[in-house]
Amino acid sequence: MEFIDYQDKLSDTEIDFWELRLYVAGQTPKSLKAFANLKKICEEHLEGKYRIEVIDLLENPQLAKGDQILAIPTLVRKLPEPVKQIIGDLSNTEKVLVGLDLRHII
Amino acid sequence: MNKVKNDTQTKTTMLPKCPTGIQGLDEITFGGLPQGRPVLLCGKAGCGKTLMAMEFLVRGATEFNEPGVFMAFEETAEELKQNVASLGWDIAELVKEKKLAIDHVRVERSEIEETGEYDLEALFIRLGFEIDAIAAKRVVIDTLEVLFGGLDNAAIVRSELRRLFLWLKSKGVTAIITSESGENSLTRHGLEEYVSDCVIRLDQRVVNELSTRRLQIIKYRGSKHGSNEYPFLIKENGISVLPITSVGLDYPVTTEWISSGIKRLDTMLGGKGFFRGSSILVSGTAGTGKSSLCAHFADATCQRGEKCLYFAFEESPHQIIRNMRSIGIDLETAVNKGLLKFQALRPTFYGLEMHLVNILSTVNEFQPDAVILDPISNLTYGSNDIQVKSFMMRLIDYLKTKNITTIITNLNEGNSAFLEYTEIGISSLADTWILLRTTETNGERNRLIHVLKSRGTSHSNQVREFLLTNQGVQLLDVYLGAEGVLTGTARIIQEAKDKAATLARQQKIEQKQRDIERKRLLMEAQIKAIESQFEIEKQEIERIITIEENQESFLLMEEQKRAKLRQAES
Repeated sequence: MEFIDYQDKLSDTEIDFWELRLYVAGQTPKSLKAFANLKKICEEHLEGKYRIEVIDLLENPQLAKGDQILAIPTLVRKLPEPVKQIIGDLSNTEKVLVGLDLRHII
Repeated sequence: MNKVKNDTQTKTTMLPKCPTGIQGLDEITFGGLPQGRPVLLCGKAGCGKTLMAMEFLVRGATEFNEPGVFMAFEETAEELKQNVASLGWDIAELVKEKKLAIDHVRVERSEIEETGEYDLEALFIRLGFEIDAIAAKRVVIDTLEVLFGGLDNAAIVRSELRRLFLWLKSKGVTAIITSESGENSLTRHGLEEYVSDCVIRLDQRVVNELSTRRLQIIKYRGSKHGSNEYPFLIKENGISVLPITSVGLDYPVTTEWISSGIKRLDTMLGGKGFFRGSSILVSGTAGTGKSSLCAHFADATCQRGEKCLYFAFEESPHQIIRNMRSIGIDLETAVNKGLLKFQALRPTFYGLEMHLVNILSTVNEFQPDAVILDPISNLTYGSNDIQVKSFMMRLIDYLKTKNITTIITNLNEGNSAFLEYTEIGISSLADTWILLRTTETNGERNRLIHVLKSRGTSHSNQVREFLLTNQGVQLLDVYLGAEGVLTGTARIIQEAKDKAATLARQQKIEQKQRDIERKRLLMEAQIKAIESQFEIEKQEIERIITIEENQESFLLMEEQKRAKLRQAES
């Protein structure tokens, strides 16, 4: 009988390092808002185990193809896998958490 | 101020057009798609939209030196490359040469979470980057509707699309946007609101179990365009649209004659054969030799160094070549030289419209001087009269504008009373009508050939006997005797009889002449006999006369002597 240790799994999620990329197109209000929201969420839920990389597509347009970026702003969770894409200014925190697969650990 | 004045003064500044390079499409659109504007290409699934869009880019890159970007939402770059490889387009090569760029955009609903306000600027950036990288002048977006499915916020999608088309115009690229047709609308999500400069719809219909693809230009702002439905084919090197526009009877004519390949037939046709560019109908029942006549014509054409295209709807090319060899015509050499091209197709393979597209596109490619369609009666199976007549008119009209001499064979059903009635009335479309028929006499069938009509020539109204010998087709005079027309063995017999009769008469004349001669000799002999008789009698009488004369003179002398004596006495 297989026993899946959910506790372990959860702790795995917590320990892993989060690699996040925020794609923007210049300093637009939406992009700034997204960045602010992202910082807030990360500080609340990831306790420093994260790294945010901001990529400006106006300066590096060729990077949009690699991650299949469609909308601006887009947040891509590169690590842990699987890769997830969240579009919008991240004002809906619930959806961001669902999207990043972050559960509020009680 | 001045600029405005100038603009109103310039009369007809034509809308600049972007030639697609797709066979037939440029003709219908009178030059191509509107330059620098987005074009909507809609149609149900499987109509050929992606293919047409891809061909637009490929031809732009290879023929017009205009690089293009293909933004694909549904297929990956690899899939696209494979799908079009069968058409002979090497996408990978074009990508390497920076003439083509394929960008696959993945929109996977399950991977995307929408969390607030956003716009599709990244799409613009991506597209802009690709366009700038290769200086593209053509763009294809296939298909934007995926965005509606992948993203929840339809309002954002719509406003961004509106912005996209304005942006495309500002970039100065000619863009094809594909979309899938709805039940009653041109597009599922109403894209036609935004892309309304030019709308082309593709369609695929199945009629009588045969599918026909059609294209229709629904709208084309600022330009004249053909507005009918045009059938098109996807051939082995791309799409071919049938640009039959008007059936206008306006084509150039020549007064050049070309031989039919059979000398006596040329003489029957007023001396020199057919007019170049005319249409010839050869009709007859089965086995009368229509294909043989065609083969002679093909042979004659190729001997002159001209190209001939032979459409065979009943026999395979090899069979035709083999059969014609038996009457002394070698078509294989002409095929090897590239002057004769066979195209054999089962008539049931395509619908009538498709046949037309196929024939015309092959004619366009091969550029022949003569075309043979043998037989056309098969093609019309399963279509009604109107369709067939329309097909024939357009076909012949098109070939005449290209000044191509055409021979069409038609199989008649067999009842001799109706022989001169071709079911579809195409005889009026042909300039020359040659009828082949057989007559049965004395247990054998012989072939006859008539020239029923030949416009513009003083053709013979005589019937000739038509023989298939191993030196080709031979035309012989028929025997017109008291009993009627005789052909075949009956003719041979009669000719022999005639010969014998002539011989007999000849001999009789000689006999009579000999009689005269004999009588003359006889007469001369008789004369001679009478003359000699006369001579003899004359001599006899002359002798007697001489004796009498001598006697007389003697008596006279005696008397004188006596007188003298008597004188002396006294």
